[in-house]
Amino acid sequence: MRILVVEDDPVLSDGLKVGLGLSGATVDAVATCADACAALAASTFDAVVLDLMLPDGSGLDVLANIRSTGNKTPVLLLTALDEVSDRIKGLDTGADDYLGKPFDLDELAARVRAIARRQTGRAEPHLAYNGIVLDLASLTATLNDTPVNLSRREFAILSALMERPEIVRSKDDLESRLYGWQEEVESNAVEVHIHNLRSKIGREMIETVRGHGYRMRAPNR
Amino acid sequence: MTSLRTRLFAILVAATGLIWLCAVAWIYIQTKNEVEHVLDTRLQEAARMVQSLVTNSDGTGSHNTQADPAVVPQQASYERQLSCQIWSLDGRLVARSSGAPNEILSDHANGFSEREVDGETWRVYAVEDATKGIRVMVGDRLGLRERLVTDLIKGLLAPTLLIIPLLGLLIWTSLGRGLRPLQNMAEELQKRDAEDMRAIDARHAPREIRPVVGALNKLFEKVDAARRHEREVTAFAAHELRTPLAGLKTQAQIAMTAADPAVKTGALQQILISVDRTSRLVRQLLAVARLDARADTERNDHVNVGQLLEDVAAALHPTSDQIRVILDPALHQTSLHTNLELLTVALRNLYENALQHMPNGGTARWSVQKGSGRLLIALEDEGPGIPDEELSHVANRFFRGRHRSTSGSGLGLAIVELALRRLNASLTLKNRSDRTGLRAEVSMEL
Repeated sequence: MRILVVEDDPVLSDGLKVGLGLSGATVDAVATCADACAALAASTFDAVVLDLMLPDGSGLDVLANIRSTGNKTPVLLLTALDEVSDRIKGLDTGADDYLGKPFDLDELAARVRAIARRQTGRAEPHLAYNGIVLDLASLTATLNDTPVNLSRREFAILSALMERPEIVRSKDDLESRLYGWQEEVESNAVEVHIHNLRSKIGREMIETVRGHGYRMRAPNR
Repeated sequence: MTSLRTRLFAILVAATGLIWLCAVAWIYIQTKNEVEHVLDTRLQEAARMVQSLVTNSDGTGSHNTQADPAVVPQQASYERQLSCQIWSLDGRLVARSSGAPNEILSDHANGFSEREVDGETWRVYAVEDATKGIRVMVGDRLGLRERLVTDLIKGLLAPTLLIIPLLGLLIWTSLGRGLRPLQNMAEELQKRDAEDMRAIDARHAPREIRPVVGALNKLFEKVDAARRHEREVTAFAAHELRTPLAGLKTQAQIAMTAADPAVKTGALQQILISVDRTSRLVRQLLAVARLDARADTERNDHVNVGQLLEDVAAALHPTSDQIRVILDPALHQTSLHTNLELLTVALRNLYENALQHMPNGGTARWSVQKGSGRLLIALEDEGPGIPDEELSHVANRFFRGRHRSTSGSGLGLAIVELALRRLNASLTLKNRSDRTGLRAEVSMEL
């Protein structure tokens, strides 16, 4: 899951980046409205954590701006203003959820997962396909009820593929879900992770579509 | 008496009553005098008339000579008010009118006299006619005269007494009507809740109440401004404190859950940074609150500016190892009569602001200029300066510009401005023209 954090306080921004990273997400952080708009125009995120009071404007402006361009990325607003009217305004502008500062990191992570999940049209907190079950909250995987030990990146690739099993995911797409902007990416990183995944859950589970990317193999074929 | 209405009512009723009493007394005296004068004249005329009618001392006149005329009490009316006696000069009662007593009415031969006869005081006019040998006496009872005057006054007072309750009622209702605007105002004020600080409409208020309304409206304005300001500060303070608190909590949770020791240490370091920053923010918030609440700005400290700046730099030294501070030697020759605490707060925050925005190895330079009764203390730093469009906002509370430092709270320059305003001094911020950096000028009276 790739998340954009828009927060100008350096300590909190760092905390969100590390904290959401611990819960299995790939996090990019920016501190201004302008950077947030640019990031959202350039990349696709599964969710945005948006602070309301930013140095160059209000987070609501960013929200209104991205919604006006048809961007449906789920947005969770973070704010220190605790007025009900602020919350209503935020939700009415197009936010999907709202959290007042200070908040619990686990709750924030859960809410982010929830809005991201709803975006993909799922209601249940698990991804299940062909005997594989991924628990997105605890980052654990089981294959036919047997626990499988996956690394954070392997888990991210598998959940990306399992979100919509019939869709072919390109290498670039998967890469962007794994790595933030600042991270160095080895050119064959995705291949290496896919290879490791196949050795853990079975070769036949992930299918390579030549020239396009990867997808989950359909059951009973 | 606490009720204005009751008080005015009592005053008005008492005053009206007093005036009436005075009027009655005056009328009484006047009437009495008039009546006496008229009645005396009548006695005189009657006596002369009788005297002219009497032919001789034999009493052969056209008058009644009853042997024992009874004195009929005449309480009910003023009939038979006059009594007449004709005496011969040798002391024999020649004739008397009906109702006149047998006893001689006057021992005076001529003119007015008063005498008590049969228990009643008589006013008598006597005329002596030596040629006819008679003495004519005409008199009336003083009691009757009194009764006449009293009846007159009673006649005047009776309707008055009836009118008094009516007048009281009239005064009471008029007062109610007259005090209506006051009551309206009181009701309007009573209906208000504590948040309602709208001005009272003074256009329709009577002239006497207008100053009160004006004063109240001014008070409302002041209270409203103070409360708005307070709310703003509280909201901003809450916002500014919640963000670092959220950061602290997040980092603490990371430190607790992270398995990787490097991540743990990183989180703890972030917590330290945040605690430092937050405690500085709290210190500044308290400084703002103190400056806001401060009423006294006594300026009776003798301050050497150079010494003060050295102290300020020394106190902040631990955080500014890599920054050089140059003090103009003239500063040590500059002494001010001012408030030490306020000036220290202002200069320290100015200095801190410069330090936070300067790269390591930078130089901060304090200088001083004197001229035309004013003293100009300037601080030049080598930071990024302030974008021109932000120059007018930087002293606003919680404003943090584009070139913000990570530990800034947006309060420093606001505190400088607030403290300087208390000292009747001003702050001017300019970008340096010789290189990047900010020039902050404090201008104060010498």
